[in-house]
Amino acid sequence: MTQVVVIDYGMGNLHSVSKALEAVADTEKITISSALDVIKKADKLVFPGVGAIKDCMDALSLDLKETILEEIQKKPTFAICVGMQMLLESSEENNGVKGLNVLDGHVKKFKAFKGIKVPHMGWNKVKFLKDHFLLRNIPESSFFYFVHSYCCLSSKDALTETAHGENFISSLAKDNIFAVQFHPEKSQDTGLELYKNFLDWRV
Amino acid sequence: MSVAKRIIPCLDVDQGRVVKGVNFLNIRDAGDPVEVAKRYDNEGADEITMLDITASHETRDTTYKTVESIASQVFIPLTVGGGIRKLEDIKKLLRSGADKVSINTSAVENPDFVKEAADKFGSQCIVVAVDAKSINDSPDSWEVVTYGGRNRTGFDVLEWTQQVTEYGAGEILLTSMDRDGTKEGFDNKLVSSVSSGIEIPVIASGGVGNLNHLIEGIKIGGAEAVLAASIFHYSEYSIREAKEAMRDAGINIRL
Repeated sequence: MTQVVVIDYGMGNLHSVSKALEAVADTEKITISSALDVIKKADKLVFPGVGAIKDCMDALSLDLKETILEEIQKKPTFAICVGMQMLLESSEENNGVKGLNVLDGHVKKFKAFKGIKVPHMGWNKVKFLKDHFLLRNIPESSFFYFVHSYCCLSSKDALTETAHGENFISSLAKDNIFAVQFHPEKSQDTGLELYKNFLDWRV
Repeated sequence: MSVAKRIIPCLDVDQGRVVKGVNFLNIRDAGDPVEVAKRYDNEGADEITMLDITASHETRDTTYKTVESIASQVFIPLTVGGGIRKLEDIKKLLRSGADKVSINTSAVENPDFVKEAADKFGSQCIVVAVDAKSINDSPDSWEVVTYGGRNRTGFDVLEWTQQVTEYGAGEILLTSMDRDGTKEGFDNKLVSSVSSGIEIPVIASGGVGNLNHLIEGIKIGGAEAVLAASIFHYSEYSIREAKEAMRDAGINIRL
């Protein structure tokens, strides 16, 4: 049985994420855990994050950080929202925070354009820049639910982009890692489809 | 292009039951918040707001259970308001599956609560609900009121919404107490005054009687989202009809 572990480091809407995964799971077992041995034994990892990036980085103990860095190099991994941002090189939030540097790109505050509200909150279209297994059965320009004030504007790992005043990177993919700025667990059927694809993904 | 404007149906829940006379066809139990939330989700609601109008200590556990069952079956954002006084209340609601909480009276009574809540849980989940009433029937000055309008606070609505934005609110749920229940439409002067003064999104509420009112809230008021209860509860209009009308009026909507 495939073991999917949602990494619990005290930050993130774990309940929503695991309920959504359970809703599409067939034989996969979904577990929320912070235990290093459970994370090491997992077949797939989900890395959520919510709130301020510094709080999220600080919430990772040294052991947990090392384990995550080691394990996400070899297992299918799905990072969400601030979880995605943490995998990048750095963020200018909280006067500058170093990321885990697994994916290419930096995180910046949204520019305040006239009529553009920050946080970027609500449903927005996701445009595909490349093809990917996880986009299977998901129509081009589908709506996903976003809530964030900081974003990544360019990355060589970019998979999709979205416009809110300016274009930003709404998902990234590299090898076994898939990372999204939006919340699939709040994006109705389209979001569930994405999770289903993650469960079916063989790297 | 940018983010789509949102339609948010609001469920008033009293002791675990939806009130305000729900009258849906094809629904087994019209008083069951989970059934009603599922129905709205199917119709294309962008989010759901649940207001716990009892919000008494004794019925709190019922609220958490309701939130939990909605959240495990409906995969769109859920905001819960009513009787939130402590950080612990917020923590429990988020744990039960709420995505955002709406704080009203306790923000007015202790503004630092907004700051503490945003620091602890992040601005993205802190909605400050503001009930506004015009001062001496003036068309362009409003006062924050609490307890359904019975208590005037002396706070100016524009100053208050700027202050809670600085304190870390992620969104403002703005209800006109002059319009609430009248079906005359939003107080769009109020909505646009508040919205142009702050960077965060404003949800317009209070007074919706027809679909044109929703359109006006976005086009004239400049709201990012519109909230309504009774026009959807009584099945006068479906959410799909509302969205189609908004799309036809040229509003960027998720359909």
